[in-house]
Amino acid sequence: MKPRTARGAITKMLTGIEGFDEITGGGLPRGRTTLLLGGPGCGKTVFALQALVNGARQSKEPGIFVAFEESSRQIVANAATFGWDLPALVKKKLFFLDARLSPEVVKGGAFDLVGLLQALEEKAKEIHATRIVFDGFDVLLSLLDDPAAERREIYRVRDWLARTGLTGIITQKSGGVEADQRYAFLQFMVDCVIVLRVQVVDGSAFRSLRVMKFRGSGFLGDEFSITLGADALQLATRGPVELTYRVTNERISSGLPRLDQMLRGGYFRGSNVLISGAPGTAKSTLAGLFAAAACARGERTMFVSFDEGSAQIVRNLRSVGIDLAPYVTSGLLTMHSARTRGPNVEDQFGQLKALVIEHQPRCLVIDPLSALSTKLAHVASADAAQRFLDMLKVARITVVSTSRMDGLSTNEATTTGITTIADTWIHLSYIVRDGERNRALTIVKSRGTGHSNQVRELTLSDQGVTLTDTVIPQGSALMGVARWEWEHADRAAPHARR
Amino acid sequence: MPPLRPKPAPRLRLRLYVAGNAPNSLHAIANLTALCDQHFPSAHHIEIVDLLTHPQRALADGIIVTPTLVKLSPAPVQHVVGSLSDATHVLRALGGS
Repeated sequence: MKPRTARGAITKMLTGIEGFDEITGGGLPRGRTTLLLGGPGCGKTVFALQALVNGARQSKEPGIFVAFEESSRQIVANAATFGWDLPALVKKKLFFLDARLSPEVVKGGAFDLVGLLQALEEKAKEIHATRIVFDGFDVLLSLLDDPAAERREIYRVRDWLARTGLTGIITQKSGGVEADQRYAFLQFMVDCVIVLRVQVVDGSAFRSLRVMKFRGSGFLGDEFSITLGADALQLATRGPVELTYRVTNERISSGLPRLDQMLRGGYFRGSNVLISGAPGTAKSTLAGLFAAAACARGERTMFVSFDEGSAQIVRNLRSVGIDLAPYVTSGLLTMHSARTRGPNVEDQFGQLKALVIEHQPRCLVIDPLSALSTKLAHVASADAAQRFLDMLKVARITVVSTSRMDGLSTNEATTTGITTIADTWIHLSYIVRDGERNRALTIVKSRGTGHSNQVRELTLSDQGVTLTDTVIPQGSALMGVARWEWEHADRAAPHARR
Repeated sequence: MPPLRPKPAPRLRLRLYVAGNAPNSLHAIANLTALCDQHFPSAHHIEIVDLLTHPQRALADGIIVTPTLVKLSPAPVQHVVGSLSDATHVLRALGGS
């Protein structure tokens, strides 16, 4: 018996699309045809174009793009928004064909693609192309207005691809039961089917990708979210299962000496600190203290806020004796204000990631992380948050994020999952007693370090922020005026209480 | 006195892009020849471009599907795609009756 040869085995072609090559174990099937299905605005064209551009750039494989739906000029313009300089690539490595039939054209009978394919074959030889994209194929086929003829042309293209050995990507609109049924056989015909989808949850759009079929290869069949970042489409894979980042015992100051003491020396470098609390409990102030302390040590710092302008944050912090303005001027501190209602959460984390890479901070403040929390309930967003925080951890960036949370037992704490990611969790609350509201600080958890379990009173004044031990004379903590009175009474008559 | 003859119709210049002997292309050649002989006798010129032997012409001339008929003159330039089996549509595009 002859040993089995590898003939017919699938070889793969890297797409260079972050995440995609990972979930398919190496990219698209080489020398075969892949079908990209999806409704309008799912990112089909971007995906196909990116595979082509990356091929030309990274793998030195020239390619051909046949545009049946958009003009090639439009596509080049769209690509420019991703910072891909197509005109430079077009000279040698890429060929764009405008294959739209003008609406002026009169249809006078059945037609076919025999001539076009012959022309493309010549072109492929000329530029040594290995990849070809047929974008919006259905647009042309629908002009045939005859299912049998459509099918014939699709088979023609498939046979042509098989003969020329080119790796083909065909994009096709889906949606609409009729259209889906009409082209259902396409899915059986090709070797790989990728489905792109846009879903709207609470008014935010989530794009996702799923490999539906991959003949002769294993793949991850889950739906992965896609981000259209500043420079590319990316697949948000959940990342390596093992978390392997280096840890350190280095401590850095929280900006509040008493708090450092409670934490036995401050936050761990590269750890993730969460400050939760009701509105007005001074979460932002604590975050500001941390930023100011980082800058005072000369460390590059980034302050990301949501729905509140940088200038306002700087002014508010100045009112409690924290002055960030000089650091902003010197460039040590970067302030970034974002809107909660804006791009979807993945894209927002994508932007943050880009900012972090650009500014290279050692310390980062996100105030508040919970601005995204309604959206974080969605699994894709929680994944996005997790990935972002993982990335920071690998880069050993210390993060202090705040989260609006009214109590420790609220569902918010568990559903968002933020608290499980946090290494240190500080909770701020109001304690109302004797007609007074006082701020109380508790360390809920702090991984890898002993910490005080006592509740402290946090006071704010234009002089600054102070943490005071609460006084517990008879089993109940005293704060504010009650504490003041007790302390003064204590001093006045020390013997009475002993 | 010579008999009064109608003014000769402007000469019709046509170009037909075909793909070798693909069925649609062969039909188009046959249909076009018959149509012109009937409606524009001796007042037409047909140039046939075979994209299988001149594939670069497709990209240069922007021909996406085969067969494609181009009416070059009289103006305006008009494109008709397909096997030209639909005589009414084709005639209208060519400016005939």
